[in-house]
Amino acid sequence: MAITNRWTIRMKTQVNIMSKYQRTDGRDADGIRPMEAKVGVIPQADGSAMFKIGNTIAYAAVYGPRELYPRFLQNPETGILRCNYNMMPFSGAGDRVRPGANRRSKEISMVTENALRPVIDLHDCPNAVVDVFIELPQTDAGSRCAGITAAAMALADAGIAMRDMVSAIAVGRIGDGSYVDLSYEEEALEDYPVADIPMAFVNRTGEVTLLQMDGEVQTEGIMDALAKGREACKRIHALQTQALKNKFQGDTQ
Amino acid sequence: MNSERKMHLLDYFKEGFRPDGRKLDEFRPITIEAGTIKTAEGSAIVTIGGTRVIVGVKMQVEKPYSDRPNEGTMMVGAELYPMASPKFESGPPNAQSIEIARVIDRGLRESKAIDTKGLCLIPGEKCWSVIMDVCAMNEEGNLLDAGSIAALAALNTTIFPGFDGTIVDYKHPSDRKLELKKQPIAITVVKIANYLLVDPTNEEEQAMDARLTVTTTAEGTICSLQKGGEASLLPEEIQAMLELAKTKAKEIRGSLSGKGL
Repeated sequence: MAITNRWTIRMKTQVNIMSKYQRTDGRDADGIRPMEAKVGVIPQADGSAMFKIGNTIAYAAVYGPRELYPRFLQNPETGILRCNYNMMPFSGAGDRVRPGANRRSKEISMVTENALRPVIDLHDCPNAVVDVFIELPQTDAGSRCAGITAAAMALADAGIAMRDMVSAIAVGRIGDGSYVDLSYEEEALEDYPVADIPMAFVNRTGEVTLLQMDGEVQTEGIMDALAKGREACKRIHALQTQALKNKFQGDTQ
Repeated sequence: MNSERKMHLLDYFKEGFRPDGRKLDEFRPITIEAGTIKTAEGSAIVTIGGTRVIVGVKMQVEKPYSDRPNEGTMMVGAELYPMASPKFESGPPNAQSIEIARVIDRGLRESKAIDTKGLCLIPGEKCWSVIMDVCAMNEEGNLLDAGSIAALAALNTTIFPGFDGTIVDYKHPSDRKLELKKQPIAITVVKIANYLLVDPTNEEEQAMDARLTVTTTAEGTICSLQKGGEASLLPEEIQAMLELAKTKAKEIRGSLSGKGL
Protein backbone atom coordinates (compact mmCIF):
# COMPACT_ATOMS: atom_id res chain seq x y z
CA MET A 1 0.00 0.00 0.00
CA ALA A 2 2.68 2.39 1.11
CA ILE A 3 4.87 1.38 -1.79
CA THR A 4 2.10 1.90 -4.34
CA ASN A 5 1.43 5.35 -2.96
CA ARG A 6 5.03 6.35 -3.12
CA TRP A 7 5.24 5.01 -6.64
CA THR A 8 2.17 7.00 -7.70
CA ILE A 9 3.57 10.18 -6.20
CA ARG A 10 6.89 9.64 -7.93
CA MET A 11 5.17 9.03 -11.27
CA LYS A 12 3.06 12.13 -10.85
CA THR A 13 6.13 14.23 -10.15
CA GLN A 14 7.77 12.76 -13.23
CA VAL A 15 4.80 13.72 -15.38
CA ASN A 16 4.84 17.19 -13.88
CA ILE A 17 8.41 17.72 -14.91
CA MET A 18 7.84 16.30 -18.38
CA SER A 19 4.75 18.16 -19.51
CA LYS A 20 3.33 20.40 -16.84
CA TYR A 21 4.17 24.02 -17.35
CA GLN A 22 3.61 26.32 -14.39
CA ARG A 23 2.27 29.64 -15.58
CA THR A 24 4.63 32.53 -14.95
CA ASP A 25 1.96 34.53 -13.14
CA GLY A 26 0.56 31.55 -11.22
CA ARG A 27 -2.73 31.31 -13.11
CA ASP A 28 -4.60 28.05 -13.70
CA ALA A 29 -4.57 26.70 -17.25
CA ASP A 30 -8.01 28.21 -17.83
CA GLY A 31 -7.39 31.36 -15.81
CA ILE A 32 -8.03 34.64 -17.61
CA ARG A 33 -6.09 37.73 -16.54
CA PRO A 34 -8.19 40.32 -14.64
CA MET A 35 -10.73 41.87 -16.98
CA GLU A 36 -12.62 45.13 -17.04
CA ALA A 37 -15.30 46.23 -19.50
CA LYS A 38 -17.00 49.58 -19.88
CA VAL A 39 -19.44 50.89 -22.45
CA GLY A 40 -19.91 54.49 -23.59
CA VAL A 41 -16.36 55.68 -22.95
CA ILE A 42 -16.12 57.95 -26.01
CA PRO A 43 -19.03 60.42 -25.97
CA GLN A 44 -18.34 61.69 -29.51
CA ALA A 45 -18.89 58.25 -31.01
CA ASP A 46 -22.23 56.61 -31.82
CA GLY A 47 -21.14 53.65 -29.75
CA SER A 48 -18.00 52.88 -27.78
CA ALA A 49 -16.42 50.51 -25.31
CA MET A 50 -13.25 49.78 -23.40
CA PHE A 51 -12.05 46.26 -22.68
CA LYS A 52 -9.08 45.57 -20.48
CA ILE A 53 -7.52 42.14 -20.06
CA GLY A 54 -4.39 42.02 -17.95
CA ASN A 55 -2.19 44.82 -19.20
CA THR A 56 -3.83 44.96 -22.62
CA ILE A 57 -6.30 47.83 -23.05
CA ALA A 58 -8.52 48.20 -26.12
CA TYR A 59 -10.85 51.08 -26.92
CA ALA A 60 -13.40 50.75 -29.70
CA ALA A 61 -15.50 53.52 -31.21
CA VAL A 62 -18.29 53.04 -33.74
CA TYR A 63 -19.39 55.75 -36.15
CA GLY A 64 -22.34 55.17 -38.43
CA PRO A 65 -24.13 53.94 -40.33
CA ARG A 66 -22.92 56.96 -42.31
CA GLU A 67 -22.29 57.73 -45.95
CA LEU A 68 -19.38 55.82 -47.42
CA TYR A 69 -16.57 57.50 -49.30
CA PRO A 70 -14.90 56.89 -51.70
CA ARG A 71 -18.17 56.27 -53.47
CA PHE A 72 -16.99 53.27 -55.51
CA LEU A 73 -16.84 51.29 -52.28
CA GLN A 74 -20.57 51.77 -51.75
CA ASN A 75 -22.80 48.73 -52.02
CA PRO A 76 -26.43 49.39 -52.99
CA GLU A 77 -27.41 46.00 -51.53
CA THR A 78 -26.14 46.54 -48.01
CA GLY A 79 -24.11 48.71 -45.71
CA ILE A 80 -20.55 47.63 -45.08
CA LEU A 81 -18.50 47.16 -41.94
CA ARG A 82 -15.06 48.73 -41.87
CA CYS A 83 -12.67 48.06 -38.99
CA ASN A 84 -9.42 49.77 -38.24
CA TYR A 85 -7.02 48.33 -35.66
CA ASN A 86 -4.27 50.61 -34.44
CA MET A 87 -1.62 50.45 -31.75
CA MET A 88 -0.74 53.78 -30.18
CA PRO A 89 2.95 54.65 -30.64
CA PHE A 90 3.78 54.02 -26.97
CA SER A 91 1.65 50.88 -26.54
CA GLY A 92 4.33 48.28 -27.25
CA ALA A 93 6.67 46.70 -24.75
CA GLY A 94 9.77 47.69 -26.74
CA ASP A 95 10.55 50.52 -29.14
CA ARG A 96 8.00 53.10 -30.22
CA VAL A 97 5.54 51.81 -32.79
CA ARG A 98 5.64 54.07 -35.83
CA PRO A 99 2.23 55.67 -36.35
CA GLY A 100 0.16 54.70 -39.35
CA ALA A 101 -0.92 51.41 -40.87
CA ASN A 102 1.50 48.55 -41.37
CA ARG A 103 1.15 45.00 -42.69
CA ARG A 104 0.26 43.62 -39.28
CA SER A 105 -2.39 46.21 -38.45
CA LYS A 106 -4.00 45.88 -41.89
CA GLU A 107 -4.30 42.14 -41.51
CA ILE A 108 -5.72 42.45 -38.00
CA SER A 109 -8.22 45.05 -39.22
CA MET A 110 -9.38 42.59 -41.86
CA VAL A 111 -9.72 39.57 -39.57
CA THR A 112 -11.54 41.79 -37.07
CA GLU A 113 -14.06 42.69 -39.76
CA ASN A 114 -14.49 39.02 -40.57
CA ALA A 115 -14.92 38.15 -36.91
CA LEU A 116 -17.75 40.65 -36.45
CA ARG A 117 -19.53 40.63 -39.80
CA PRO A 118 -21.36 37.29 -39.29
CA VAL A 119 -23.43 38.74 -36.43
CA ILE A 120 -24.35 42.11 -37.88
CA ASP A 121 -26.94 42.95 -40.49
CA LEU A 122 -26.55 46.18 -42.46
CA HIS A 123 -29.10 45.48 -45.19
CA ASP A 124 -31.25 48.31 -43.89
CA CYS A 125 -28.56 50.86 -44.70
CA PRO A 126 -27.44 50.44 -48.32
CA ASN A 127 -24.45 52.49 -49.52
CA ALA A 128 -23.53 53.24 -45.92
CA VAL A 129 -20.57 52.28 -43.77
CA VAL A 130 -20.27 51.39 -40.13
CA ASP A 131 -16.78 52.39 -39.06
CA VAL A 132 -15.17 50.66 -36.10
CA PHE A 133 -11.98 52.23 -34.80
CA ILE A 134 -9.95 50.15 -32.37
CA GLU A 135 -7.17 51.89 -30.50
CA LEU A 136 -4.75 50.28 -28.09
CA PRO A 137 -2.99 52.55 -25.60
CA GLN A 138 -1.22 49.64 -23.88
CA THR A 139 -0.65 46.07 -25.04
CA ASP A 140 0.58 42.84 -23.49
CA ALA A 141 -0.51 40.04 -25.87
CA GLY A 142 -4.07 39.27 -26.90
CA SER A 143 -4.62 42.71 -28.41
CA ARG A 144 -6.58 41.62 -31.49
CA CYS A 145 -8.92 39.59 -29.27
CA ALA A 146 -9.35 42.47 -26.84
CA GLY A 147 -10.07 44.71 -29.84
CA ILE A 148 -12.76 42.37 -31.17
CA THR A 149 -14.34 42.01 -27.73
CA ALA A 150 -14.44 45.80 -27.30
CA ALA A 151 -15.69 46.33 -30.86
CA ALA A 152 -18.61 43.93 -30.34
CA MET A 153 -19.69 45.91 -27.28
CA ALA A 154 -19.30 49.21 -29.13
CA LEU A 155 -21.45 47.96 -32.03
CA ALA A 156 -24.17 46.93 -29.58
CA ASP A 157 -23.86 50.31 -27.86
CA ALA A 158 -24.29 52.04 -31.24
CA GLY A 159 -27.55 50.16 -31.76
CA ILE A 160 -26.33 48.26 -34.83
CA ALA A 161 -28.60 45.27 -35.59
CA MET A 162 -26.78 42.21 -34.22
CA ARG A 163 -28.01 38.67 -33.96
CA ASP A 164 -25.58 37.85 -31.18
CA MET A 165 -22.53 38.97 -29.28
CA VAL A 166 -18.97 38.07 -30.27
CA SER A 167 -16.25 37.41 -27.70
CA ALA A 168 -12.63 36.66 -28.42
CA ILE A 169 -9.69 35.14 -26.58
CA ALA A 170 -6.28 33.74 -27.42
CA VAL A 171 -5.48 30.25 -26.19
CA GLY A 172 -1.90 29.08 -26.09
CA ARG A 173 -0.53 25.60 -26.48
CA ILE A 174 2.51 25.22 -24.28
CA GLY A 175 3.97 21.74 -24.40
CA ASP A 176 0.98 19.42 -24.37
CA GLY A 177 -1.40 21.69 -22.53
CA SER A 178 -3.78 24.48 -23.44
CA TYR A 179 -3.45 27.73 -21.52
CA VAL A 180 -6.04 30.42 -21.85
CA ASP A 181 -5.08 34.06 -22.47
CA LEU A 182 -1.30 34.01 -22.76
CA SER A 183 0.59 37.06 -21.58
CA TYR A 184 3.45 38.49 -23.63
CA GLU A 185 5.90 36.84 -21.27
CA GLU A 186 4.34 33.44 -21.94
CA GLU A 187 4.20 33.97 -25.69
CA ALA A 188 7.93 34.50 -25.63
CA LEU A 189 8.84 31.46 -23.46
CA GLU A 190 12.02 29.87 -24.65
CA ASP A 191 12.03 26.60 -22.69
CA TYR A 192 8.74 25.36 -24.14
CA PRO A 193 7.28 25.20 -27.64
CA VAL A 194 4.50 27.81 -27.69
CA ALA A 195 1.65 28.10 -30.16
CA ASP A 196 -0.75 30.99 -29.98
CA ILE A 197 -4.33 30.54 -31.19
CA PRO A 198 -6.51 33.66 -31.21
CA MET A 199 -10.19 32.82 -31.67
CA ALA A 200 -13.63 34.42 -31.54
CA PHE A 201 -17.02 32.84 -30.91
CA VAL A 202 -20.59 33.74 -31.59
CA ASN A 203 -21.94 33.36 -28.10
CA ARG A 204 -25.16 31.36 -28.46
CA THR A 205 -24.21 29.06 -31.33
CA GLY A 206 -20.53 28.60 -30.64
CA GLU A 207 -19.65 29.40 -34.26
CA VAL A 208 -16.03 30.38 -34.72
CA THR A 209 -15.53 33.71 -36.50
CA LEU A 210 -11.83 34.21 -35.91
CA LEU A 211 -9.20 31.53 -35.96
CA GLN A 212 -5.52 32.06 -36.40
CA MET A 213 -2.53 30.16 -35.15
CA ASP A 214 1.16 30.46 -35.10
CA GLY A 215 3.34 27.74 -33.72
CA GLU A 216 3.27 23.98 -34.11
CA VAL A 217 0.32 21.86 -32.95
CA GLN A 218 -1.58 18.64 -33.65
CA THR A 219 -5.28 18.41 -34.48
CA GLU A 220 -6.12 17.36 -30.89
CA GLY A 221 -4.28 20.38 -29.60
CA ILE A 222 -6.37 22.73 -31.69
CA MET A 223 -9.61 21.03 -30.70
CA ASP A 224 -8.67 21.19 -27.03
CA ALA A 225 -7.72 24.86 -27.36
CA LEU A 226 -11.03 25.62 -29.06
CA ALA A 227 -12.95 23.93 -26.23
CA LYS A 228 -10.98 25.94 -23.62
CA GLY A 229 -11.45 29.13 -25.58
CA ARG A 230 -15.19 28.56 -25.85
CA GLU A 231 -15.48 28.26 -22.06
CA ALA A 232 -13.37 31.39 -21.54
CA CYS A 233 -15.49 33.33 -24.02
CA LYS A 234 -18.62 32.48 -22.05
CA ARG A 235 -17.07 34.30 -19.11
CA ILE A 236 -16.04 37.22 -21.30
CA HIS A 237 -19.54 37.33 -22.73
CA ALA A 238 -21.03 37.61 -19.26
CA LEU A 239 -18.80 40.63 -18.62
CA GLN A 240 -19.71 42.24 -21.97
CA THR A 241 -23.41 41.82 -21.20
CA GLN A 242 -22.96 43.29 -17.74
CA ALA A 243 -21.09 46.30 -19.11
CA LEU A 244 -23.89 47.00 -21.60
CA LYS A 245 -26.53 46.59 -18.91
CA ASN A 246 -24.63 48.94 -16.64
CA LYS A 247 -24.87 51.70 -19.21
CA PHE A 248 -28.44 51.14 -20.26
CA GLN A 249 -29.81 50.57 -16.78
CA GLY A 250 -28.26 53.86 -15.73
CA ASP A 251 -26.03 52.06 -13.25
CA THR A 252 -22.66 53.55 -13.96
CA GLN A 253 -20.57 51.29 -11.79
CA MET B 1 -20.90 78.11 -38.82
CA ASN B 2 -23.96 79.99 -40.07
CA SER B 3 -24.43 83.56 -39.00
CA GLU B 4 -27.60 82.87 -36.98
CA ARG B 5 -25.80 80.40 -34.75
CA LYS B 6 -22.93 82.77 -34.33
CA MET B 7 -25.32 85.61 -33.40
CA HIS B 8 -26.84 83.27 -30.87
CA LEU B 9 -23.42 82.66 -29.32
CA LEU B 10 -22.70 86.39 -29.25
CA ASP B 11 -25.97 86.97 -27.40
CA TYR B 12 -24.60 84.75 -24.66
CA PHE B 13 -21.21 86.47 -24.63
CA LYS B 14 -22.90 89.86 -24.30
CA GLU B 15 -24.24 88.66 -20.94
CA GLY B 16 -20.76 87.51 -19.95
CA PHE B 17 -21.56 83.81 -20.21
CA ARG B 18 -21.29 80.92 -22.64
CA PRO B 19 -23.88 78.33 -23.66
CA ASP B 20 -22.54 75.85 -21.08
CA GLY B 21 -22.78 78.44 -18.29
CA ARG B 22 -19.08 79.24 -18.04
CA LYS B 23 -17.66 82.72 -17.92
CA LEU B 24 -15.61 83.73 -20.95
CA ASP B 25 -12.29 83.26 -19.15
CA GLU B 26 -13.24 80.05 -17.38
CA PHE B 27 -11.82 76.60 -18.13
CA ARG B 28 -13.85 73.41 -17.91
CA PRO B 29 -12.72 71.08 -15.10
CA ILE B 30 -9.29 69.55 -15.76
CA THR B 31 -8.24 66.10 -14.58
CA ILE B 32 -4.85 64.42 -14.88
CA GLU B 33 -4.06 60.74 -14.49
CA ALA B 34 -0.30 60.50 -14.65
CA GLY B 35 1.86 57.45 -15.25
CA THR B 36 -0.94 55.00 -16.03
CA ILE B 37 0.38 53.50 -19.29
CA LYS B 38 2.74 50.70 -18.35
CA THR B 39 4.31 50.28 -21.80
CA ALA B 40 5.39 53.94 -21.94
CA GLU B 41 8.33 55.46 -20.06
CA GLY B 42 6.03 58.29 -19.03
CA SER B 43 2.37 58.98 -19.64
CA ALA B 44 -0.63 61.08 -18.73
CA ILE B 45 -4.30 61.10 -19.53
CA VAL B 46 -5.77 64.58 -19.38
CA THR B 47 -9.38 65.59 -19.66
CA ILE B 48 -10.65 69.13 -20.09
CA GLY B 49 -14.41 68.80 -19.88
CA GLY B 50 -15.29 66.16 -22.47
CA THR B 51 -11.97 66.43 -24.32
CA ARG B 52 -9.67 63.55 -23.50
CA VAL B 53 -6.08 62.97 -24.64
CA ILE B 54 -3.40 60.44 -23.81
CA VAL B 55 0.25 61.32 -24.06
CA GLY B 56 2.85 58.57 -23.93
CA VAL B 57 6.60 59.11 -23.81
CA LYS B 58 8.98 56.58 -25.36
CA MET B 59 12.74 56.74 -24.84
CA GLN B 60 14.97 55.29 -27.52
CA VAL B 61 18.69 55.22 -28.15
CA GLU B 62 19.53 56.87 -31.46
CA LYS B 63 22.31 58.67 -33.24
CA PRO B 64 22.59 62.41 -32.46
CA TYR B 65 22.02 64.86 -35.31
CA SER B 66 25.32 65.53 -37.03
CA ASP B 67 25.16 69.28 -36.30
CA ARG B 68 24.52 68.63 -32.59
CA PRO B 69 26.70 65.63 -31.71
CA ASN B 70 26.60 66.36 -27.97
CA GLU B 71 22.84 66.53 -27.64
CA GLY B 72 20.00 64.08 -27.44
CA THR B 73 16.85 64.59 -29.44
CA MET B 74 13.17 65.10 -28.80
CA MET B 75 10.10 64.80 -30.96
CA VAL B 76 6.38 65.38 -30.52
CA GLY B 77 3.80 63.61 -32.64
CA ALA B 78 0.04 64.14 -32.59
CA GLU B 79 -2.51 61.58 -33.67
CA LEU B 80 -6.04 62.80 -34.28
CA TYR B 81 -7.63 59.37 -34.35
CA PRO B 82 -10.92 59.05 -36.21
CA MET B 83 -12.09 57.33 -33.02
CA ALA B 84 -12.08 60.69 -31.26
CA SER B 85 -14.47 62.63 -33.45
CA PRO B 86 -16.67 62.18 -36.53
CA LYS B 87 -14.71 65.00 -38.21
CA PHE B 88 -11.35 63.20 -38.05
CA GLU B 89 -10.42 60.86 -40.89
CA SER B 90 -7.90 58.07 -41.26
CA GLY B 91 -4.74 58.76 -43.11
CA PRO B 92 -1.45 60.58 -42.78
CA PRO B 93 -1.24 63.52 -40.35
CA ASN B 94 -3.10 66.58 -41.61
CA ALA B 95 -2.32 70.25 -41.03
CA GLN B 96 -4.27 70.37 -37.77
CA SER B 97 -2.45 67.46 -36.18
CA ILE B 98 0.92 68.71 -37.39
CA GLU B 99 0.19 72.14 -35.93
CA ILE B 100 -0.72 70.66 -32.54
CA ALA B 101 2.45 68.57 -32.51
CA ARG B 102 4.68 71.42 -33.60
CA VAL B 103 3.29 74.01 -31.20
CA ILE B 104 3.70 71.62 -28.24
CA ASP B 105 7.17 70.73 -29.55
CA ARG B 106 8.22 74.38 -29.77
CA GLY B 107 7.04 75.15 -26.25
CA LEU B 108 9.16 72.35 -24.83
CA ARG B 109 12.12 72.91 -27.13
CA GLU B 110 12.42 76.69 -26.88
CA SER B 111 11.94 76.81 -23.12
CA LYS B 112 14.74 74.21 -22.95
CA ALA B 113 12.55 72.17 -20.63
CA ILE B 114 14.43 69.02 -21.57
CA ASP B 115 18.16 69.18 -21.01
CA THR B 116 19.20 67.72 -24.36
CA LYS B 117 22.91 67.77 -23.41
CA GLY B 118 22.08 65.43 -20.55
CA LEU B 119 20.61 62.99 -23.06
CA CYS B 120 23.91 62.44 -24.84
CA LEU B 121 25.47 59.01 -24.22
CA ILE B 122 28.45 58.90 -26.60
CA PRO B 123 29.03 62.17 -28.51
CA GLY B 124 28.30 61.74 -32.20
CA GLU B 125 27.25 58.14 -31.73
CA LYS B 126 24.56 57.50 -29.17
CA CYS B 127 21.99 59.61 -27.43
CA TRP B 128 18.58 59.28 -25.88
CA SER B 129 15.66 60.34 -27.98
CA VAL B 130 12.53 61.47 -26.12
CA ILE B 131 9.45 60.88 -28.24
CA MET B 132 6.06 62.11 -27.10
CA ASP B 133 2.87 61.12 -28.87
CA VAL B 134 -0.28 63.09 -28.24
CA CYS B 135 -3.26 60.86 -28.97
CA ALA B 136 -6.81 62.21 -29.09
CA MET B 137 -9.36 59.92 -27.46
CA ASN B 138 -12.43 62.17 -27.50
CA GLU B 139 -12.49 65.62 -29.07
CA GLU B 140 -14.77 68.25 -27.62
CA GLY B 141 -12.66 71.34 -28.20
CA ASN B 142 -9.30 72.74 -27.08
CA LEU B 143 -7.24 69.70 -27.98
CA LEU B 144 -4.00 71.68 -28.11
CA ASP B 145 -4.13 72.90 -24.50
CA ALA B 146 -5.12 69.43 -23.32
CA GLY B 147 -2.25 67.93 -25.30
CA SER B 148 0.23 70.43 -23.92
CA ILE B 149 -0.79 69.83 -20.29
CA ALA B 150 -0.71 66.06 -20.89
CA ALA B 151 2.72 66.22 -22.54
CA LEU B 152 4.15 68.09 -19.57
CA ALA B 153 2.49 65.78 -17.04
CA ALA B 154 3.76 62.74 -18.97
CA LEU B 155 7.32 64.09 -19.08
CA ASN B 156 7.16 64.70 -15.33
CA THR B 157 6.55 60.96 -14.82
CA THR B 158 9.21 59.78 -17.29
CA ILE B 159 11.83 57.33 -16.11
CA PHE B 160 14.77 56.21 -18.26
CA PRO B 161 14.66 52.55 -19.28
CA GLY B 162 17.61 50.33 -18.43
CA PHE B 163 20.58 50.60 -20.79
CA ASP B 164 23.80 48.58 -20.70
CA GLY B 165 25.60 50.44 -23.47
CA THR B 166 24.19 48.40 -26.32
CA ILE B 167 20.66 47.19 -25.55
CA VAL B 168 17.77 49.17 -24.08
CA ASP B 169 15.98 47.13 -21.43
CA TYR B 170 12.42 48.42 -21.32
CA LYS B 171 11.38 45.78 -18.80
CA HIS B 172 13.78 46.99 -16.14
CA PRO B 173 13.66 50.78 -15.86
CA SER B 174 16.61 52.59 -14.34
CA ASP B 175 16.22 54.83 -11.30
CA ARG B 176 16.94 57.96 -13.31
CA LYS B 177 14.09 60.38 -13.77
CA LEU B 178 13.86 62.75 -16.69
CA GLU B 179 14.35 66.07 -14.92
CA LEU B 180 12.63 69.03 -16.53
CA LYS B 181 14.27 72.43 -16.32
CA LYS B 182 11.10 74.31 -17.18
CA GLN B 183 7.38 73.61 -17.03
CA PRO B 184 5.85 75.08 -20.17
CA ILE B 185 2.11 74.90 -20.83
CA ALA B 186 0.15 76.20 -23.77
CA ILE B 187 -3.03 78.22 -23.39
CA THR B 188 -5.13 79.10 -26.39
CA VAL B 189 -7.10 82.35 -26.38
CA VAL B 190 -9.88 82.51 -28.93
CA LYS B 191 -11.35 85.64 -30.44
CA ILE B 192 -14.97 85.59 -31.52
CA ALA B 193 -16.17 89.01 -32.73
CA ASN B 194 -14.83 91.30 -29.98
CA TYR B 195 -14.82 88.71 -27.25
CA LEU B 196 -11.84 86.81 -25.92
CA LEU B 197 -12.40 83.30 -24.57
CA VAL B 198 -10.31 80.47 -23.24
CA ASP B 199 -10.90 76.72 -23.50
CA PRO B 200 -13.31 76.76 -26.45
CA THR B 201 -15.80 73.95 -27.09
CA ASN B 202 -16.27 72.51 -30.58
CA GLU B 203 -19.09 74.96 -31.24
CA GLU B 204 -17.00 77.93 -30.14
CA GLU B 205 -14.06 76.74 -32.24
CA GLN B 206 -16.32 76.72 -35.27
CA ALA B 207 -17.38 80.29 -34.58
CA MET B 208 -13.80 81.43 -33.93
CA ASP B 209 -12.37 84.34 -35.90
CA ALA B 210 -8.81 84.13 -34.65
CA ARG B 211 -6.84 82.45 -31.92
CA LEU B 212 -3.50 82.80 -30.23
CA THR B 213 -1.77 79.93 -28.50
CA VAL B 214 0.67 81.18 -25.87
CA THR B 215 3.10 78.85 -24.14
CA THR B 216 4.50 80.12 -20.87
CA THR B 217 6.85 78.70 -18.27
CA ALA B 218 6.17 78.79 -14.54
CA GLU B 219 8.39 81.92 -14.41
CA GLY B 220 5.98 83.66 -16.79
CA THR B 221 8.33 83.69 -19.79
CA ILE B 222 6.61 83.25 -23.11
CA CYS B 223 8.31 80.47 -25.05
CA SER B 224 6.11 79.95 -28.07
CA LEU B 225 3.32 81.66 -29.92
CA GLN B 226 1.02 80.53 -32.66
CA LYS B 227 -1.67 82.64 -34.24
CA GLY B 228 -4.46 80.80 -35.95
CA GLY B 229 -7.71 81.56 -37.69
CA GLU B 230 -8.50 83.79 -40.61
CA ALA B 231 -9.12 87.11 -38.87
CA SER B 232 -6.38 89.60 -38.05
CA LEU B 233 -5.38 90.83 -34.61
CA LEU B 234 -4.41 94.29 -33.41
CA PRO B 235 -1.40 94.77 -31.13
CA GLU B 236 -3.73 95.77 -28.25
CA GLU B 237 -5.71 92.59 -28.75
CA ILE B 238 -2.51 90.54 -28.75
CA GLN B 239 -1.46 92.14 -25.49
CA ALA B 240 -4.82 91.33 -23.91
CA MET B 241 -4.56 87.75 -25.17
CA LEU B 242 -1.04 87.35 -23.78
CA GLU B 243 -2.14 88.62 -20.38
CA LEU B 244 -5.18 86.35 -20.33
CA ALA B 245 -3.11 83.33 -21.34
CA LYS B 246 -0.53 84.04 -18.65
CA THR B 247 -3.16 84.46 -15.95
CA LYS B 248 -4.86 81.22 -16.95
CA ALA B 249 -1.58 79.29 -17.12
CA LYS B 250 -0.75 80.43 -13.60
CA GLU B 251 -4.19 79.46 -12.36
CA ILE B 252 -3.96 75.99 -13.91
CA ARG B 253 -0.48 75.43 -12.52
CA GLY B 254 -1.78 76.34 -9.08
CA SER B 255 -4.79 74.07 -9.19
CA LEU B 256 -2.89 71.11 -10.65
CA SER B 257 0.38 71.34 -8.75
CA GLY B 258 1.07 67.99 -7.13
CA LYS B 259 -1.43 66.31 -9.44
CA GLY B 260 0.95 65.95 -12.37
CA LEU B 261 2.20 69.48 -12.99
